[in-house]
Amino acid sequence: MDYLKEVIKGLWERNPILVLGIGLCPTLAVTTSVSNALWMALATTFVLICSNVLVSVIRNIVPSHIRIPIFITIIASFVIIVELTLKAFQPDVYQALGIFIPLIVVNCIILGRAEEFASRNSIFRSILDGLGMGLGFGGTLFILAFFRETLGANKLFGYTLIPGMKPATIMIIAPGAFFTLGLMLWAMNALKSRKRG
Amino acid sequence: MEIKVLFVILISTILINNYVLSQMLGLCPFLGVSKKMDSALGMGLAVIFVMTMASFFTFLIYKYLLIPWHVTYLRTIAFILVIASLVQLVEMTIEKISPTLYQALGIFLPLITTNCAVLGVAVLNIETGFATKDLGMVMTVVQGFGAGIGFTIALLLMAGIRERLELADIPGNLKGMPISFITAGLLAIAFLGFSGMKI
Repeated sequence: MDYLKEVIKGLWERNPILVLGIGLCPTLAVTTSVSNALWMALATTFVLICSNVLVSVIRNIVPSHIRIPIFITIIASFVIIVELTLKAFQPDVYQALGIFIPLIVVNCIILGRAEEFASRNSIFRSILDGLGMGLGFGGTLFILAFFRETLGANKLFGYTLIPGMKPATIMIIAPGAFFTLGLMLWAMNALKSRKRG
Repeated sequence: MEIKVLFVILISTILINNYVLSQMLGLCPFLGVSKKMDSALGMGLAVIFVMTMASFFTFLIYKYLLIPWHVTYLRTIAFILVIASLVQLVEMTIEKISPTLYQALGIFLPLITTNCAVLGVAVLNIETGFATKDLGMVMTVVQGFGAGIGFTIALLLMAGIRERLELADIPGNLKGMPISFITAGLLAIAFLGFSGMKI
C-alpha cells in the first residue's frame, strides 16, 4: 500500500505538469498528435526510471557538491541510448519528435526527481517514483494531444474522424498548445476549488 | 551577399521562428520569470549572453572534436556539459569582474543550464548544417544571438502583460498559470503573423 502511494502521487497530487509546472517544452511541442505524445511519454519514462535507478544506486558515494553534473551525465547517457534506438528502429518517430529527443536531457522533471527523490530513497522506491511520474507526464500529454489532434486535424491516431469536416488548424500549431493547456489548468483549478467546497 | 544572409538568419530567429512562441522552447523560464519586468530583463540579458557563447563553443566542439573523431552521436552529452561548464564559468567571471552585473544577473545564471532553448539552439545550429558551410561559425553565432534576442522580446512582452493582469478582474480559478497560458497563446497568434513574411 505504501509502495502504491509512490506511484499514485505522480498521477494527480504531484502531477509534474499540472501541479509542479515543469517539463513544459516537450509537453506543448510534441502534442500535435496522440502517437507522438505517447512515444514522447515512453521515451521520457524510460530515461526517468533508468536515471532514477542509477542515481539511487550511487547515492551514497557521490560527493554532494558535484552531484548535479554527475546526474546530468547519467541522464544524457540514457537519452543518447533512446535517441539511437529510435533512430534505428522507429525512424518516423525520430523524424517527428526531432529536436525534442535530445532535449529530454533538460526536461526538469528528470533532474528534479533525481535530485529530490532518487538521491534519497532506495532503488525500488525510485523505480516506482519514476513510473508514477512518467505515467502522470504521459497521461497529461495524452489528454492534451487528444484534444489537439481531434480538433486541430480532425484525426485520431492518424485516422480521419469526420470525413469532409474542415479542422480548426489553430489547435495544431503553437497557439492551440498554449490555449489547451491553459484551459486544462483552469478546469483543474475549478475542480479543486469545488472539492474544497 | 554574406551580410544579407546573416540579416535573414537574424530576422528569422527573432520574429519568424521565435524560439518561445513558435518553436516552444524555453517555456519554463518564460512562464517562471515573467512576473516582473526587471527580473525578466535580467533573465533575458543573461540568456542572450549564454546563448551566443554556447553557440560558439558547441560549434567548435562539434566541428573540431566530434566530427574528426567520428563520435557525432555523443552530441547531446557533449553539448550539455559544455553549456553547464560555460554557465559556471560565466558566473565566476562576472562575479570577479563586475559585482554589479553579478547582482543583476546572478540568480538567473544557474537556471539557464536547464533552459531547453540554450541546448535547443546548439542542436538546431548543427541540424541546420552550419558545421559544413564556409561561414558556418559566423552564422552560428548570429543564430545564437538572434535566438537570445527573440527569447528576450517574448519574455518582456509577457512580463509587461502579466504585470497588468495582476490587477485585472478575472474569475478566481483562471488566475495565475491558466491566464498566463492563454495570454501566451494570444501572443503566439500575434507572432504567427510574421510567418508569412518573405525576405
